[in-house]
Amino acid sequence: MVNTANALTAPETEELAKKIRSSVVRMTHLGKSSHVGSALSIADILAVLYGDVLNVDPSDPSKPDRDRFVLSKGHAGAAVYAALAHTGFFSVETLDKHYQNGSILSGHVSHKGVPGVELSTGSLGHGLGVAVGMAKAAQMRSAKHRVVCLLSDGECDEGSNWEAVLFAAHHGLRNLTAVIDYNKIQSLDPVADTIGLEPFADKWVAFGWKVTEVDGHEHTALRNALSASADDAPHCVICHTTKGKGVSFMENSVLWHYRTPQGEEYDAAVEELDGA
Amino acid sequence: MRDHVVGRITQLAQQDPRIVLITGDLGFGVLNEYRERCAAQFINAGVAEQNMTAMAAGMAMEGHIVFTYSIANFPTLRCLEQIRNDVCYHDLNVNVLAVGGGFSYGQLGMSHHATEDLSIMRALPNIQVLAPSDPWQAVHAVDALIAQDGPGYLRIDKSSAGVAPIDHPDLATLRVHRDGTDVMLVGIGGILAECLEAAEQLGARGVSAGVLEVVTLKPLDVDGIVAAAERTPLLVTVEEHSVVGGLGGAVAEVIAERRTAASLLRIGLNDTYSSIVGSQDYLRNVYEMDAAAIVSKVLERL
Repeated sequence: MVNTANALTAPETEELAKKIRSSVVRMTHLGKSSHVGSALSIADILAVLYGDVLNVDPSDPSKPDRDRFVLSKGHAGAAVYAALAHTGFFSVETLDKHYQNGSILSGHVSHKGVPGVELSTGSLGHGLGVAVGMAKAAQMRSAKHRVVCLLSDGECDEGSNWEAVLFAAHHGLRNLTAVIDYNKIQSLDPVADTIGLEPFADKWVAFGWKVTEVDGHEHTALRNALSASADDAPHCVICHTTKGKGVSFMENSVLWHYRTPQGEEYDAAVEELDGA
Repeated sequence: MRDHVVGRITQLAQQDPRIVLITGDLGFGVLNEYRERCAAQFINAGVAEQNMTAMAAGMAMEGHIVFTYSIANFPTLRCLEQIRNDVCYHDLNVNVLAVGGGFSYGQLGMSHHATEDLSIMRALPNIQVLAPSDPWQAVHAVDALIAQDGPGYLRIDKSSAGVAPIDHPDLATLRVHRDGTDVMLVGIGGILAECLEAAEQLGARGVSAGVLEVVTLKPLDVDGIVAAAERTPLLVTVEEHSVVGGLGGAVAEVIAERRTAASLLRIGLNDTYSSIVGSQDYLRNVYEMDAAAIVSKVLERL
């Protein structure tokens, strides 16, 4: 399932991740928007997916045999827009319209008029169910493409996800991969202090999924995990990540779920990312 | 009505592999024939309406024409946001079948009384909302929903109004069952039977009462409502549903905005929960929406 047309090596996807991070910080700065920490958290996952793992074609975003990618944690839409722009789905300049009056690049990811986005999300707990439907439809017609859905950890509080998790295992949707951005921080507090998920991997295993745990910022490990699938079960890749990854003062901070990078903080973030 | 709907979907699914029916673990006995004839196009999502609806959206994105099936409020209110965000915003061919409109399952209690569904479904952009009065109409409603690309809601009633079938009915347009000059009763669903009976009784008392039928609540035949409001001084909406936001609400919006001279009386469940149980007829009587109640409310108003 590797994107043979544009398969990037690990150093190249790392370079792509840097571009995504720089764009995300610029977009949230220009738009004075929230969720920069959530977007930085998934930059490496998206770089490996769009740079290497997913079979997608920017010149033909709707080709029938493409892999489907669904961002369920829609609040990190800036990172997906950046990944799409930096892999050729639309111009990088377009990213500057994010969050601006009249823009189609909404804070939560939107499919309308945006090449490469399959599903608009924003309310948590929707993406996996839709991805299950896509995977079930593919299974029914013996199509070979994969469906990959990226969720947040806090989002796993939503009961709708567990309905989807049960269904996917029962129907042996081996074409489905759920990727969890497990940065351990949700909207107000650490996950462990809100609704603890542990033992998290065991829960997915108990629900009948194959589970791989991986460092969500290590590209070779990500590529191996995201490319794998089980014989007869859906695959969950739990990515241990750092919220705000790449900007030291944003890392592991609840504050940067909401705070927007402005003034000296913006300058410092840019210097860290561009100097790195 | 329920059997006719499922029968029609079974017929069509055998000819069209795109059609898929997903149930939320309901339909015992009712879905047997469909399951036998269209096994590959049948999914039991289990007791999980949110996933049923999200999944329906995902399958429709892949080219399927999807029906979701459950009772009363389960395929609508339980998963309202999936209908709003996943189905309607993406404008997908997902059609929600809700059996047990109004008091169809009267004995089962408030949880099973669908009395706000029309109002809430009508508020969503892109969706068509249909509530037929008779099984033959429901069959045409299935055809209409399949033929259009976007989302649909089909309210399936246990009762029927006994209206005679017509060839090639236009469900989008109001149907005049009876003309009248003093009052026009506007009904939707099986309770149309009460309108027809009430019009007879009013006629016997010297009141010229007409009867109009709405099958498609959304998009509403606005011109038809305006024409009625210009012909008669009083419109009376009758629905086995809350008076808030359903047929009564829709008609109120039209006659207020178009500045028609007609006044309006809304008959239905008066912004309350139905906390007692009984047959559909019994509850219509208790909640004052049967023929006798319609007659008395109209006479009081005239």
